[in-house]
Amino acid sequence: MSATIVRLKASITLPVEAESLSPDRFAGLRQEEVAALPILYGRRWLTLGDLFEVEGDGSEEIVLEGDLRHVKRIGQRMSRGRINVHGDVGMHLGAEMRGGEIIVHGNVDAWAGAQMAGGLLRVHGNAGPMLGAAYPGETRGMRGGVILVEGDAGPRAGERMRRGLIVVRGNLGAFAGVRMIAGSIVVFGTLGARAGAGMKRGTIVALGGLTDGLLPTFRYACAYRPTFLCFYLRRLRGWGLPVTPEQIEGVFHRYTGDITTLGKGEILVYDQRERAI
Amino acid sequence: MRINGVEIEDTFAEAFKMWGTRLIITAINRQWAQTAAQATTGFATSGIGCGCEAGIERELPPEETPDGRPGISVLFFVTSRKQMEKQLLLRVGQGVMTCPTTACYSGLSAEEHVDVGGKLRYFGDGFQSSKRLEGRRLWRIPVMEGEFLIDERFGIQKAVGGGNFLILGKSVETALAAAEAAVAAMREVEGVVMPFPGGIVRSGSKVGSRYKFLTASTNTAYCPTLRGQVESALPEGVNAVLEIVVNGLTEDAVREAMRVGIEAACRSGIMRISAGNYGGTLGQYQIPLRELWQ
Repeated sequence: MSATIVRLKASITLPVEAESLSPDRFAGLRQEEVAALPILYGRRWLTLGDLFEVEGDGSEEIVLEGDLRHVKRIGQRMSRGRINVHGDVGMHLGAEMRGGEIIVHGNVDAWAGAQMAGGLLRVHGNAGPMLGAAYPGETRGMRGGVILVEGDAGPRAGERMRRGLIVVRGNLGAFAGVRMIAGSIVVFGTLGARAGAGMKRGTIVALGGLTDGLLPTFRYACAYRPTFLCFYLRRLRGWGLPVTPEQIEGVFHRYTGDITTLGKGEILVYDQRERAI
Repeated sequence: MRINGVEIEDTFAEAFKMWGTRLIITAINRQWAQTAAQATTGFATSGIGCGCEAGIERELPPEETPDGRPGISVLFFVTSRKQMEKQLLLRVGQGVMTCPTTACYSGLSAEEHVDVGGKLRYFGDGFQSSKRLEGRRLWRIPVMEGEFLIDERFGIQKAVGGGNFLILGKSVETALAAAEAAVAAMREVEGVVMPFPGGIVRSGSKVGSRYKFLTASTNTAYCPTLRGQVESALPEGVNAVLEIVVNGLTEDAVREAMRVGIEAACRSGIMRISAGNYGGTLGQYQIPLRELWQ
């Protein structure tokens, strides 16, 4: 089945809530039925066809084109299929998604992958704040799946994260993994200030050093070679991330915390001076 | 039927249904992976006497292991799922976890599993932690040298145990040389192990004994020293017999291993290739020797 191409007709300034841009909603629909799906434009309900050109019948593969910076909630709660986005995307992309893939050839705004439970979200540009985080009032953020960001990511990535993997190839903003419950965050660039504040369990891996040191509520444990990281980093290399043999076999300094809470979280800082055996 | 002038007896090997699994043991270098593999598969020659049958399948280069370190794949065979979990817990816990720098992974994609890492984790005394990636859950157990990493679940599948053949030689030297050649050839076959020491058995057994407390005893018909005392199965000129037992993850793998093993064993000084069976009354598989080439 060929992909359904959805193209923005003209630039927009009002926010668009487009939960219907999802393979779950598109699958099995004819082209005119896809165009009739509802979207919220500002405070008015419109149809998809009012703002977007739709090519092809509904399928589990969607290609989105245009300046989508004001289009929010694309792929929200999706469970299957694939969305390819060519351009920048608005907030809540892939929030609460449970399966499938979203590939973005551009930047994404805040709350991408928020409370995500499964699937793959790959961003070839930068990500805004609250990547994979929990919405206010919620106890758990990301709870499964994988988020890969080729650029930088904003503050509070992985807030209250419960499970899953967030990988940022560039730099990661402040408060990464704040109140993290479990899961893993890997950053190839620098790790921002106050990482892991209030974290109970989980792992934050800093491959490119620290912006501003660690909180005093993290205690130094040891320098060692975590075998599980060999497993993880090899998998990341399989996803095309620039993992070096030195990183796979390298020495990491382990800090545990946050001792203001359970204290079973860890921050692993790659020692770029230590050479592997 | 003859191969290189050696008679292939018109008989069959009797093999049994078992459960099998593959473990991948890695370590900082090849030596320590080998040490752990040997410790874990040691004293695992027969299910009755040792609780399981196990052996080293092959060495794995770093690029073939989950963590990119040198590794060894080992196969385990038991008669029940419950026994598999019990044996793996004991053997991985004592043979792999204790060995410096090792990690242990499931090497079999199967529908059925046994819980190993999920139980060994309690050794971590509350400080164990798990990592889950793409549906695979690994446990990190803190140990004095760092961490022991192990898969939570290990895939198991129905397998075949007890494939065998007997090498009847003119002397112990010729029989042993033929058996060594056979084992070397069989080790190239994927999915099989020869669980006895060096892959070779000299104390083949028959069912039953004159002693009530024994269920199996020496295979008198194949003992050359008893030729004048019992009904012997040995042709004239045979003075030594060695057996090779092979277990495999599939019947095809067992058959292939037997075929290449017998071909390698058919050499000067060997008079006949035979096989052990119980008249077809015990095992679920019958592997006729001569059909191996059909």
